Amino acid sequence: MIQNIPLSYFLVISTSMFFIGIYGFLTRRNLITMLMSVELILNSVNINFVVFNKYLFPQHLQGHFFMLIVIAVAASEAAVAIAIIINIYRNFKSIDVENVDEMKF
Amino acid sequence: MLNEFMFILIAVMILVFSVLTVLTRKILRAAVYMLFVLISTAGLYFMLSYNFLAAVQLTVYAGGIVVLIIFSILLTSHLSERAVMAPFKQSLFSALATLAGATLTLVTILRFSFIPNVGADPNFNITDVGNALVSYNREGYALPFEVVSILLLAAMIGSIVVAKKEPTLRDKEAKTDK
Repeated sequence: MIQNIPLSYFLVISTSMFFIGIYGFLTRRNLITMLMSVELILNSVNINFVVFNKYLFPQHLQGHFFMLIVIAVAASEAAVAIAIIINIYRNFKSIDVENVDEMKF
Repeated sequence: MLNEFMFILIAVMILVFSVLTVLTRKILRAAVYMLFVLISTAGLYFMLSYNFLAAVQLTVYAGGIVVLIIFSILLTSHLSERAVMAPFKQSLFSALATLAGATLTLVTILRFSFIPNVGADPNFNITDVGNALVSYNREGYALPFEVVSILLLAAMIGSIVVAKKEPTLRDKEAKTDK
């Protein structure tokens, strides 16, 4: 643990980042910026895992591996999402969510 | 003293650049602001003396994912293009909902007293992490490692198949004309 800095300060940062990401996800209209908001959310969750590992269970490695696996999932999610976005752009000439409503009932 | 100063600096950078990421109108700038957020997060991991995690954060997130996102921005939108934001009413309600959620979570966190474990901190180095990653004993993580490697392989094949250019009808006609 770090001298003079309690655990809850880190949690305040990661919570704020999480909800900023959610706000971006709700208000953005561009698919790529929505993807960036999701990356912010995943990153804030990573901070939580690492900080809990450091402060509460410093003799174990669980937080490390959760964080590494979340990073791997985030990377593969970004790759697949960008492939889908490029395909959408090819078919609709736009990546705004408003224009992509072909399958909407 | 130095600890607090560094922590406050990193915290302010993370919060300011996250807000800028979701509010800026220019898409490429949003990507650069997100790069700053990810680099500051790596600084947070360096402060916790988890050097390996900070290195992974810098290489995979700040190096890999941001470059991927910037490439796709350059492929799909013009640089001068301004992003369309949600109408005012929707932004207002989204802000209210996120504020309510954030307040609830923050109150819950701040009322709970976490008792930090001040005992032994073995200060793992990269060798320990690597040994645990491939060991199949009690403290080993060989199974998640294999599952993640299969996930990455599937994601790679899937994204290549999805992004592959299918020949359109016009291309086929052009071919038969020749």
